Amino acid sequence: MQRIIYFLIRNKDFILFLSLLTICLSINISYNEYNKSKFLNSSNSLFSSLYKTKLTISKYFNLEYQNQLLLEENRKLRYLLYNPKNINLTGRKDKISYNVTSASVIKNSYSFSNNFVTIDVGRNDSIEIDNGVISSKGVVGIIDKISPNYSRFISILNTKFLLNAKLKKSNYFGVLSWDGMNINRVQLSDVPKQANVSIGDTIVTGGNSLIFPKGILIGYVESFKLDNSENYLELQINLATDMRNIENLYVLKNNNLKEINSLDE
Amino acid sequence: MNNLISNIFLALILIFGQALFFNNINFLGSINPLIYIYFIAYFPLKNNRTLFIFCAFIYGFIIDIFSDTHAIHAAATLTIAFFRPYLLKLFFGMAYEHQVVKFKSIELKQNLFYLISIILIHHFILFSLEIFDISKISLIFKNTFEVLISTFIGIYILYELLIHRAK
Repeated sequence: MQRIIYFLIRNKDFILFLSLLTICLSINISYNEYNKSKFLNSSNSLFSSLYKTKLTISKYFNLEYQNQLLLEENRKLRYLLYNPKNINLTGRKDKISYNVTSASVIKNSYSFSNNFVTIDVGRNDSIEIDNGVISSKGVVGIIDKISPNYSRFISILNTKFLLNAKLKKSNYFGVLSWDGMNINRVQLSDVPKQANVSIGDTIVTGGNSLIFPKGILIGYVESFKLDNSENYLELQINLATDMRNIENLYVLKNNNLKEINSLDE
Repeated sequence: MNNLISNIFLALILIFGQALFFNNINFLGSINPLIYIYFIAYFPLKNNRTLFIFCAFIYGFIIDIFSDTHAIHAAATLTIAFFRPYLLKLFFGMAYEHQVVKFKSIELKQNLFYLISIILIHHFILFSLEIFDISKISLIFKNTFEVLISTFIGIYILYELLIHRAK
Protein backbone atom coordinates (compact mmCIF):
# COMPACT_ATOMS: atom_id res chain seq x y z
CA MET A 1 0.00 0.00 0.00
CA GLN A 2 2.72 2.37 1.03
CA ARG A 3 4.58 1.60 -2.17
CA ILE A 4 1.54 2.39 -4.29
CA ILE A 5 1.12 5.73 -2.57
CA TYR A 6 4.83 6.43 -2.94
CA PHE A 7 4.62 5.55 -6.61
CA LEU A 8 1.63 7.85 -7.11
CA ILE A 9 3.37 10.75 -5.37
CA ARG A 10 6.57 10.28 -7.35
CA ASN A 11 4.72 10.22 -10.67
CA LYS A 12 2.06 12.79 -9.83
CA ASP A 13 3.05 15.12 -12.68
CA PHE A 14 2.78 12.39 -15.25
CA ILE A 15 -0.55 11.16 -13.91
CA LEU A 16 -1.94 14.70 -13.89
CA PHE A 17 -0.70 15.20 -17.45
CA LEU A 18 -2.28 11.97 -18.66
CA SER A 19 -5.63 12.59 -16.99
CA LEU A 20 -5.89 16.16 -18.31
CA LEU A 21 -4.88 15.00 -21.78
CA THR A 22 -7.59 12.35 -21.64
CA ILE A 23 -10.15 15.04 -20.83
CA CYS A 24 -8.99 17.12 -23.80
CA LEU A 25 -9.05 14.19 -26.18
CA SER A 26 -12.46 13.01 -25.03
CA ILE A 27 -13.92 16.49 -25.63
CA ASN A 28 -12.31 16.60 -29.05
CA ILE A 29 -13.34 13.09 -30.04
CA SER A 30 -16.91 13.48 -28.83
CA TYR A 31 -17.09 16.66 -30.88
CA ASN A 32 -15.78 14.93 -33.96
CA GLU A 33 -18.25 12.08 -33.53
CA TYR A 34 -21.45 13.81 -32.63
CA ASN A 35 -20.76 17.27 -33.94
CA LYS A 36 -21.91 18.67 -30.65
CA SER A 37 -20.45 20.64 -27.81
CA LYS A 38 -22.64 21.87 -25.07
CA PHE A 39 -20.45 24.31 -23.22
CA LEU A 40 -17.51 25.21 -25.40
CA ASN A 41 -18.66 27.82 -27.83
CA SER A 42 -18.62 31.54 -28.21
CA SER A 43 -22.38 32.00 -28.30
CA ASN A 44 -22.59 32.02 -24.51
CA SER A 45 -23.21 35.41 -23.04
CA LEU A 46 -19.88 36.47 -21.48
CA PHE A 47 -17.85 35.89 -24.60
CA SER A 48 -20.44 37.20 -26.99
CA SER A 49 -20.67 40.46 -25.10
CA LEU A 50 -16.91 40.77 -25.31
CA TYR A 51 -16.91 40.09 -29.02
CA LYS A 52 -19.77 42.51 -29.46
CA THR A 53 -17.71 45.30 -27.91
CA LYS A 54 -14.90 44.49 -30.27
CA LEU A 55 -17.32 44.44 -33.18
CA THR A 56 -18.68 47.90 -32.43
CA ILE A 57 -15.14 49.23 -32.70
CA SER A 58 -13.96 47.31 -35.72
CA LYS A 59 -17.22 47.78 -37.64
CA TYR A 60 -16.31 51.32 -38.59
CA PHE A 61 -13.28 50.28 -40.59
CA ASN A 62 -15.37 48.14 -42.88
CA LEU A 63 -18.30 50.49 -43.28
CA GLU A 64 -17.75 51.61 -46.82
CA TYR A 65 -17.61 48.15 -48.37
CA GLN A 66 -20.65 46.92 -46.41
CA ASN A 67 -22.64 49.99 -47.44
CA GLN A 68 -21.82 49.27 -51.02
CA LEU A 69 -23.11 45.72 -50.67
CA LEU A 70 -26.36 46.90 -49.10
CA LEU A 71 -26.86 49.51 -51.80
CA GLU A 72 -26.34 46.90 -54.46
CA GLU A 73 -28.90 44.66 -52.82
CA ASN A 74 -31.42 47.48 -52.43
CA ARG A 75 -31.04 48.17 -56.10
CA LYS A 76 -31.83 44.54 -56.97
CA LEU A 77 -34.85 44.45 -54.66
CA ARG A 78 -36.22 47.64 -56.14
CA TYR A 79 -35.77 46.17 -59.55
CA LEU A 80 -37.83 43.15 -58.52
CA LEU A 81 -40.44 45.37 -56.91
CA TYR A 82 -41.02 47.35 -60.08
CA ASN A 83 -40.77 44.39 -62.43
CA PRO A 84 -43.12 41.70 -61.17
CA LYS A 85 -42.29 38.67 -63.23
CA ASN A 86 -43.07 35.77 -60.92
CA ILE A 87 -46.68 35.46 -62.00
CA ASN A 88 -47.64 31.83 -61.80
CA LEU A 89 -49.40 30.46 -64.85
CA THR A 90 -51.45 27.93 -62.90
CA GLY A 91 -52.78 30.66 -60.65
CA ARG A 92 -51.61 28.66 -57.65
CA LYS A 93 -49.52 30.46 -55.03
CA ASP A 94 -46.15 29.05 -54.14
CA LYS A 95 -47.00 27.44 -50.83
CA ILE A 96 -43.59 27.18 -49.17
CA SER A 97 -42.80 30.52 -47.59
CA TYR A 98 -39.72 31.69 -45.75
CA ASN A 99 -39.35 34.19 -42.92
CA VAL A 100 -36.34 36.44 -43.36
CA THR A 101 -34.49 37.90 -40.37
CA SER A 102 -31.51 40.19 -40.80
CA ALA A 103 -28.46 39.62 -38.60
CA SER A 104 -24.91 40.93 -38.09
CA VAL A 105 -21.81 38.85 -37.59
CA ILE A 106 -20.30 39.02 -34.10
CA LYS A 107 -17.46 36.63 -34.66
CA ASN A 108 -16.24 35.19 -37.92
CA SER A 109 -13.64 32.50 -38.46
CA TYR A 110 -12.23 30.95 -41.60
CA SER A 111 -8.71 29.85 -40.76
CA PHE A 112 -9.57 26.39 -39.36
CA SER A 113 -10.89 23.36 -41.15
CA ASN A 114 -14.10 23.49 -39.09
CA ASN A 115 -15.28 27.07 -38.99
CA PHE A 116 -18.22 28.57 -37.13
CA VAL A 117 -19.66 32.07 -37.16
CA THR A 118 -21.61 33.72 -34.34
CA ILE A 119 -24.43 36.16 -35.16
CA ASP A 120 -26.51 38.50 -33.04
CA VAL A 121 -29.99 36.98 -33.35
CA GLY A 122 -31.28 34.06 -31.30
CA ARG A 123 -34.26 32.26 -29.89
CA ASN A 124 -35.96 35.56 -29.02
CA ASP A 125 -35.92 36.49 -32.70
CA SER A 126 -37.60 33.13 -33.44
CA ILE A 127 -34.47 31.60 -34.94
CA GLU A 128 -34.38 27.81 -34.87
CA ILE A 129 -31.69 25.18 -35.33
CA ASP A 130 -31.24 24.21 -39.00
CA ASN A 131 -32.30 27.58 -40.35
CA GLY A 132 -30.32 28.63 -43.41
CA VAL A 133 -28.07 31.68 -43.47
CA ILE A 134 -27.33 33.69 -46.61
CA SER A 135 -25.47 36.87 -47.42
CA SER A 136 -26.52 39.29 -50.10
CA LYS A 137 -24.35 37.30 -52.51
CA GLY A 138 -25.19 33.71 -51.64
CA VAL A 139 -25.26 30.83 -49.17
CA VAL A 140 -22.97 31.09 -46.11
CA GLY A 141 -24.13 28.43 -43.61
CA ILE A 142 -26.69 26.62 -41.45
CA ILE A 143 -27.57 27.45 -37.81
CA ASP A 144 -26.40 24.75 -35.40
CA LYS A 145 -26.68 26.29 -31.94
CA ILE A 146 -28.89 28.97 -30.43
CA SER A 147 -29.06 30.91 -27.17
CA PRO A 148 -31.71 33.53 -26.28
CA ASN A 149 -29.96 36.40 -28.04
CA TYR A 150 -27.19 34.88 -30.12
CA SER A 151 -26.71 31.95 -32.39
CA ARG A 152 -23.90 30.15 -34.15
CA PHE A 153 -23.89 28.68 -37.63
CA ILE A 154 -21.77 26.10 -39.41
CA SER A 155 -19.95 28.06 -42.06
CA ILE A 156 -19.86 26.76 -45.62
CA LEU A 157 -16.10 26.59 -44.92
CA ASN A 158 -16.50 23.63 -42.58
CA THR A 159 -15.48 20.12 -43.58
CA LYS A 160 -18.69 18.78 -41.99
CA PHE A 161 -20.95 21.07 -43.99
CA LEU A 162 -22.98 19.24 -46.63
CA LEU A 163 -25.58 20.79 -48.91
CA ASN A 164 -27.67 19.74 -51.86
CA ALA A 165 -26.82 21.95 -54.86
CA LYS A 166 -27.49 21.93 -58.59
CA LEU A 167 -26.33 23.39 -61.85
CA LYS A 168 -28.59 26.28 -62.73
CA LYS A 169 -28.36 25.53 -66.43
CA SER A 170 -29.18 21.82 -66.53
CA ASN A 171 -30.72 21.02 -63.08
CA TYR A 172 -28.27 18.18 -62.35
CA PHE A 173 -27.85 17.68 -58.59
CA GLY A 174 -24.72 17.14 -56.53
CA VAL A 175 -23.43 17.28 -52.96
CA LEU A 176 -21.57 20.41 -51.91
CA SER A 177 -18.74 20.10 -49.38
CA TRP A 178 -15.41 21.69 -48.52
CA ASP A 179 -12.04 19.91 -48.43
CA GLY A 180 -10.37 22.43 -46.10
CA MET A 181 -7.75 23.59 -48.58
CA ASN A 182 -8.75 26.94 -50.05
CA ILE A 183 -11.17 29.40 -48.49
CA ASN A 184 -12.48 30.56 -51.86
CA ARG A 185 -13.13 27.13 -53.32
CA VAL A 186 -15.69 24.43 -52.44
CA GLN A 187 -16.36 21.09 -54.12
CA LEU A 188 -19.49 19.73 -55.74
CA SER A 189 -19.32 15.96 -56.09
CA ASP A 190 -21.62 13.22 -57.41
CA VAL A 191 -22.75 15.17 -60.45
CA PRO A 192 -23.64 12.68 -63.23
CA LYS A 193 -21.18 12.87 -66.11
CA GLN A 194 -23.98 13.43 -68.59
CA ALA A 195 -24.32 16.92 -67.16
CA ASN A 196 -22.99 19.28 -69.75
CA VAL A 197 -20.72 21.36 -67.50
CA SER A 198 -18.64 24.25 -68.73
CA ILE A 199 -16.35 26.60 -66.82
CA GLY A 200 -18.18 29.60 -65.40
CA ASP A 201 -21.55 27.85 -64.97
CA THR A 202 -23.66 29.01 -62.04
CA ILE A 203 -24.26 26.68 -59.08
CA VAL A 204 -27.40 27.29 -57.00
CA THR A 205 -29.13 25.56 -54.06
CA GLY A 206 -31.21 22.56 -55.02
CA GLY A 207 -34.32 23.04 -52.91
CA ASN A 208 -34.36 19.39 -51.84
CA SER A 209 -33.21 20.18 -48.33
CA LEU A 210 -36.02 22.58 -47.30
CA ILE A 211 -33.37 24.63 -45.48
CA PHE A 212 -32.81 26.95 -48.40
CA PRO A 213 -35.30 27.94 -51.07
CA LYS A 214 -34.56 26.77 -54.57
CA GLY A 215 -32.12 28.75 -56.67
CA ILE A 216 -30.00 30.73 -54.20
CA LEU A 217 -26.57 31.47 -55.64
CA ILE A 218 -23.59 29.50 -54.30
CA GLY A 219 -20.81 30.07 -56.80
CA TYR A 220 -19.36 29.51 -60.23
CA VAL A 221 -17.61 26.48 -61.73
CA GLU A 222 -13.85 26.91 -61.79
CA SER A 223 -12.81 23.49 -63.10
CA PHE A 224 -14.11 19.95 -63.25
CA LYS A 225 -12.87 16.39 -63.63
CA LEU A 226 -14.12 12.80 -63.43
CA ASP A 227 -13.92 11.25 -59.96
CA ASN A 228 -12.35 7.88 -59.12
CA SER A 229 -15.37 5.84 -60.21
CA GLU A 230 -15.35 7.65 -63.59
CA ASN A 231 -19.14 7.91 -63.51
CA TYR A 232 -19.47 11.20 -61.70
CA LEU A 233 -17.95 14.62 -62.08
CA GLU A 234 -16.20 16.51 -59.32
CA LEU A 235 -16.50 20.26 -59.72
CA GLN A 236 -14.33 22.93 -58.15
CA ILE A 237 -16.47 25.94 -57.36
CA ASN A 238 -15.50 29.54 -56.70
CA LEU A 239 -17.67 30.85 -53.86
CA ALA A 240 -19.76 33.88 -54.74
CA THR A 241 -19.49 35.20 -51.17
CA ASP A 242 -16.12 36.28 -49.84
CA MET A 243 -16.23 34.51 -46.46
CA ARG A 244 -13.50 36.78 -45.10
CA ASN A 245 -15.74 39.76 -45.45
CA ILE A 246 -19.26 38.96 -44.26
CA GLU A 247 -21.15 41.28 -41.98
CA ASN A 248 -24.83 41.69 -42.81
CA LEU A 249 -26.59 38.37 -43.21
CA TYR A 250 -30.14 37.06 -43.52
CA VAL A 251 -31.52 34.03 -41.69
CA LEU A 252 -34.14 32.06 -43.59
CA LYS A 253 -36.75 30.09 -41.67
CA ASN A 254 -39.00 27.69 -43.51
CA ASN A 255 -42.56 28.18 -42.22
CA ASN A 256 -43.79 24.84 -43.45
CA LEU A 257 -40.96 22.67 -42.16
CA LYS A 258 -42.95 21.06 -39.32
CA GLU A 259 -45.83 20.14 -41.56
CA ILE A 260 -43.56 18.68 -44.25
CA ASN A 261 -41.50 16.73 -41.73
CA SER A 262 -44.63 15.31 -40.10
CA LEU A 263 -45.31 13.43 -43.34
CA ASP A 264 -42.07 11.50 -42.94
CA GLU A 265 -42.76 10.25 -39.42
CA MET B 1 3.88 37.68 -4.60
CA ASN B 2 4.82 40.45 -7.00
CA ASN B 3 5.99 37.83 -9.44
CA LEU B 4 2.69 35.97 -9.23
CA ILE B 5 0.64 39.06 -10.03
CA SER B 6 2.86 40.04 -12.94
CA ASN B 7 2.56 36.51 -14.38
CA ILE B 8 -1.24 36.50 -14.13
CA PHE B 9 -1.26 39.93 -15.72
CA LEU B 10 0.94 38.72 -18.59
CA ALA B 11 -1.29 35.67 -19.12
CA LEU B 12 -4.41 37.86 -19.29
CA ILE B 13 -2.79 40.23 -21.79
CA LEU B 14 -1.71 37.31 -23.96
CA ILE B 15 -5.18 35.70 -23.85
CA PHE B 16 -6.94 38.90 -24.85
CA GLY B 17 -4.28 39.75 -27.42
CA GLN B 18 -4.66 36.32 -28.97
CA ALA B 19 -8.46 36.30 -28.93
CA LEU B 20 -9.11 39.82 -30.11
CA PHE B 21 -6.12 40.62 -32.30
CA PHE B 22 -3.89 37.73 -33.33
CA ASN B 23 -6.78 35.39 -34.18
CA ASN B 24 -7.90 37.91 -36.77
CA ILE B 25 -4.68 38.59 -38.67
CA ASN B 26 -5.31 35.96 -41.36
CA PHE B 27 -2.10 36.69 -43.22
CA LEU B 28 -2.15 35.14 -46.73
CA GLY B 29 -5.63 33.83 -46.13
CA SER B 30 -5.44 31.82 -42.96
CA ILE B 31 -2.14 32.24 -41.08
CA ASN B 32 -2.61 33.40 -37.50
CA PRO B 33 0.40 33.48 -35.16
CA LEU B 34 -0.32 31.73 -31.85
CA ILE B 35 1.76 34.06 -29.68
CA TYR B 36 0.08 32.92 -26.46
CA ILE B 37 2.65 30.08 -26.25
CA TYR B 38 5.12 32.75 -25.13
CA PHE B 39 3.73 32.37 -21.61
CA ILE B 40 4.51 28.64 -21.49
CA ALA B 41 7.90 28.90 -23.24
CA TYR B 42 9.31 31.63 -20.97
CA PHE B 43 7.54 30.88 -17.71
CA PRO B 44 10.03 31.31 -14.80
CA LEU B 45 12.23 28.26 -14.41
CA LYS B 46 11.78 27.82 -10.68
CA ASN B 47 8.21 26.61 -10.40
CA ASN B 48 5.97 23.97 -8.95
CA ARG B 49 5.73 21.55 -11.85
CA THR B 50 2.32 20.09 -10.95
CA LEU B 51 0.78 23.52 -10.62
CA PHE B 52 2.42 24.67 -13.86
CA ILE B 53 0.94 21.74 -15.82
CA PHE B 54 -2.49 22.41 -14.38
CA CYS B 55 -2.27 26.14 -15.15
CA ALA B 56 -1.22 25.39 -18.72
CA PHE B 57 -4.32 23.24 -19.14
CA ILE B 58 -6.63 26.02 -17.88
CA TYR B 59 -4.76 28.58 -19.98
CA GLY B 60 -5.18 26.52 -23.16
CA PHE B 61 -8.82 25.90 -22.33
CA ILE B 62 -9.55 29.63 -22.13
CA ILE B 63 -7.93 30.11 -25.55
CA ASP B 64 -10.17 27.28 -26.81
CA ILE B 65 -13.33 29.00 -25.65
CA PHE B 66 -12.30 32.19 -27.39
CA SER B 67 -11.41 30.51 -30.67
CA ASP B 68 -14.45 28.20 -30.75
CA THR B 69 -12.30 25.08 -30.91
CA HIS B 70 -12.74 21.87 -28.96
CA ALA B 71 -10.01 21.47 -26.33
CA ILE B 72 -7.30 21.31 -28.99
CA HIS B 73 -5.37 24.32 -27.66
CA ALA B 74 -5.69 22.86 -24.16
CA ALA B 75 -4.23 19.51 -25.25
CA ALA B 76 -1.33 21.11 -27.15
CA THR B 77 -0.49 23.63 -24.40
CA LEU B 78 -0.68 20.91 -21.75
CA THR B 79 1.74 18.72 -23.69
CA ILE B 80 4.41 21.40 -24.13
CA ALA B 81 4.09 22.34 -20.47
CA PHE B 82 4.72 18.72 -19.53
CA PHE B 83 7.66 18.23 -21.89
CA ARG B 84 9.27 21.62 -21.21
CA PRO B 85 11.73 20.38 -18.56
CA TYR B 86 12.96 17.64 -20.92
CA LEU B 87 13.45 20.13 -23.74
CA LEU B 88 15.29 22.50 -21.40
CA LYS B 89 17.52 19.65 -20.32
CA LEU B 90 18.14 18.74 -23.95
CA PHE B 91 19.10 22.21 -25.10
CA PHE B 92 20.75 23.69 -22.00
CA GLY B 93 22.26 20.51 -20.58
CA MET B 94 24.26 20.75 -17.36
CA ALA B 95 23.56 24.44 -16.95
CA TYR B 96 19.86 23.68 -16.52
CA GLU B 97 20.45 20.82 -14.13
CA HIS B 98 22.55 23.04 -11.90
CA GLN B 99 19.87 25.71 -12.13
CA VAL B 100 22.10 28.45 -13.47
CA VAL B 101 20.12 29.04 -16.69
CA LYS B 102 18.49 32.44 -16.94
CA PHE B 103 16.27 33.32 -19.88
CA LYS B 104 17.77 36.82 -19.81
CA SER B 105 21.20 35.62 -20.77
CA ILE B 106 20.89 32.48 -22.85
CA GLU B 107 22.76 32.09 -26.11
CA LEU B 108 20.96 32.96 -29.32
CA LYS B 109 21.48 29.56 -30.94
CA GLN B 110 20.22 27.54 -27.96
CA ASN B 111 17.25 29.86 -27.59
CA LEU B 112 16.26 29.48 -31.25
CA PHE B 113 16.40 25.68 -31.16
CA TYR B 114 14.49 25.55 -27.89
CA LEU B 115 11.78 27.88 -29.17
CA ILE B 116 11.38 26.17 -32.55
CA SER B 117 11.10 22.71 -31.03
CA ILE B 118 8.52 23.81 -28.46
CA ILE B 119 6.42 25.54 -31.14
CA LEU B 120 6.76 22.57 -33.50
CA ILE B 121 5.43 20.12 -30.88
CA HIS B 122 2.58 22.45 -30.00
CA HIS B 123 1.48 23.15 -33.58
CA PHE B 124 1.76 19.57 -34.71
CA ILE B 125 -0.52 18.36 -31.90
CA LEU B 126 -2.87 21.30 -32.44
CA PHE B 127 -3.36 20.75 -36.15
CA SER B 128 -3.50 16.96 -35.89
CA LEU B 129 -6.37 17.27 -33.44
CA GLU B 130 -8.03 20.06 -35.34
CA ILE B 131 -8.04 18.31 -38.71
CA PHE B 132 -8.41 14.86 -37.10
CA ASP B 133 -8.05 12.94 -40.32
CA ILE B 134 -4.96 10.87 -41.06
CA SER B 135 -5.60 10.99 -44.80
CA LYS B 136 -5.05 14.76 -44.74
CA ILE B 137 -1.54 14.47 -43.30
CA SER B 138 -0.13 16.81 -45.94
CA LEU B 139 -2.58 19.52 -44.89
CA ILE B 140 -1.51 19.03 -41.25
CA PHE B 141 2.17 19.52 -42.14
CA LYS B 142 1.43 22.48 -44.39
CA ASN B 143 -0.55 24.27 -41.66
CA THR B 144 2.03 23.38 -39.02
CA PHE B 145 4.96 24.88 -40.89
CA GLU B 146 3.14 27.96 -42.13
CA VAL B 147 1.89 28.89 -38.70
CA LEU B 148 5.18 27.87 -37.06
CA ILE B 149 7.05 30.58 -38.95
CA SER B 150 4.58 33.31 -37.99
CA THR B 151 4.42 32.19 -34.34
CA PHE B 152 8.19 32.02 -34.13
CA ILE B 153 8.59 35.57 -35.42
CA GLY B 154 5.90 36.83 -33.05
CA ILE B 155 7.31 35.15 -29.95
CA TYR B 156 10.90 36.07 -30.73
CA ILE B 157 9.96 39.74 -31.02
CA LEU B 158 8.17 39.48 -27.67
CA TYR B 159 11.26 37.83 -26.16
CA GLU B 160 13.53 40.60 -27.38
CA LEU B 161 11.16 43.27 -26.08
CA LEU B 162 10.20 41.79 -22.72
CA ILE B 163 13.12 39.66 -21.54
CA HIS B 164 16.28 40.45 -23.45
CA ARG B 165 15.92 44.24 -23.27
CA ALA B 166 14.79 44.19 -19.65
CA LYS B 167 18.21 43.16 -18.38
